[in-house]
Amino acid sequence: MIKILLAGQGGQGVLSAGKMLAESGLKEGKEVSYLPAYGPEMRGGTANCSVIISEEEIASPLCNEPDVLIAMNSPSFHKFTPRVKKGGIVIVNGSMSDCYAGRDDIAVYDIAANDLAMEAGDIRSANIVILGALCRATQIVKDKSIINCLNEKFVGKPALMEINERAFKLGKEAAEKK
Amino acid sequence: MSKILLHGTEAICEGAIRNGCRAFFGYPITPQNEVPEYMSVNMPKVGGVFVQAESEVAAINMVYGAGGAGIRAMTSSSSPGISLKQEGISYIACARIPCVVVNIMRAGPGLGGILPAQGDYFQATKGGGHGDYHLIVLAPSSVQEACDFTYRAFDLADKYRVPVMLLADGMIGQLMEPVELPPMRPLSDIPKKDWATDGGYGENRRVLNSLIIKPEELEPHVNEMQRTYDLIASCEKQCETYMTDDAEIVITAYGTVARICKSAVKTLRKQGIKAGVIRPITLYPFPSETYAKAAERAEAFLTVELSLGQMIEDVRLAVNGKKPVYFYGRTGGNVMDEEEVVAAAKNALAKARLPQEV
Repeated sequence: MIKILLAGQGGQGVLSAGKMLAESGLKEGKEVSYLPAYGPEMRGGTANCSVIISEEEIASPLCNEPDVLIAMNSPSFHKFTPRVKKGGIVIVNGSMSDCYAGRDDIAVYDIAANDLAMEAGDIRSANIVILGALCRATQIVKDKSIINCLNEKFVGKPALMEINERAFKLGKEAAEKK
Repeated sequence: MSKILLHGTEAICEGAIRNGCRAFFGYPITPQNEVPEYMSVNMPKVGGVFVQAESEVAAINMVYGAGGAGIRAMTSSSSPGISLKQEGISYIACARIPCVVVNIMRAGPGLGGILPAQGDYFQATKGGGHGDYHLIVLAPSSVQEACDFTYRAFDLADKYRVPVMLLADGMIGQLMEPVELPPMRPLSDIPKKDWATDGGYGENRRVLNSLIIKPEELEPHVNEMQRTYDLIASCEKQCETYMTDDAEIVITAYGTVARICKSAVKTLRKQGIKAGVIRPITLYPFPSETYAKAAERAEAFLTVELSLGQMIEDVRLAVNGKKPVYFYGRTGGNVMDEEEVVAAAKNALAKARLPQEV
């Protein structure tokens, strides 16, 4: 069972990335749950969601102690890093945060998601860059499943699909270098 | 059929539509806004009616009307909105009109907060409105159950001619999980209602009313309602037990909280403490017998709720003094984590094992 916490600023695609992750897990026949933290939030506020992908039935859908943290900005990185399980993984958007975790029992992947997304062609694909890095770092779902999800999402929009596919690949490569 | 990823609210709507719900009346309130949103798009597609009413009070009375005409009707809201509906629910119960009311609970009292809570247990199971009446109350703990229980709620409502409430916490509303949807049931498959005011010419006059002013008529009417509740209690109690057979400590919770407790039980078992979970599925009628049976073996009970202790009263009644019943709860929209439940369970067991002075 892998518990993933995705956090960032509203508008960074944290919730869409989480949903895509859950859908990919489902496509592979796994048990999944997706729980967005909802509050009196608005655009520009904070957003986070918990995704659990498991081989067996999922009991609690909460992840207070995630195995993997995806932090799209600095406040999320510093708020949630202390909660990550020992031996866990943090993937941080280096374009919007430092990467000093203050603990050495976790692996930190510093991925400059915004820059890589711009390189791919659209800054909005930063969440997909991070998903690429996540797939490389954890093999939690197959690349193909994420690509299939993207295909479904961007059906009839081949230009956007191309950008996102490129973003995914750039994220993967960035994680490989670490 | 393969599973699809659905929101709790969407699953509720699909469960309703697929079991013949053709009228939805609602008024927006977080965290259940996705219910009216989904219904507004999908009701017209199946030839049903969607109305965004001017208030919760209007919505429940529209359900009264539609249900009275024999249509499978539903309304949904969250805690403060459900409070506003209570008068209508009491009228509907008295007029013996089947309908489904969905309550996605948020933190109270008052306008409270929008985060998950379970503070409406008393309201749902002990009346809520005035007079001697009950609702059948179903508590889903997963998105699949949100769909299945809503589906079943319509059958129960029609069978007993009572309003049925789906009582879910805010987490169920927002959670996304894989769901296998039931097939769409054709309307022709739903039993005819020989009491509905559906405009049959040449038939006997049918009246649905909740004003029964003569005491010699009201008493038998209420007694008849009570007989229905007794019948429901003997036929429809349902609960899930998890590892209770050899449990020293029985943790009990409903809805999503029960899942957190299941996780806690796994941890407790790893630490050598025999724990189990009883999860009532019908909150009314309350599955008391399961508790009475568990009380023969367990040393202590722990009730875990997102409130300051409501279901614990029913648990205590069911355990009937045989074993101590302890409580752990969070409120205000905070949700306890697994470790808190583990600690509370150990605490409860330690207290139960303290030597008693005679």
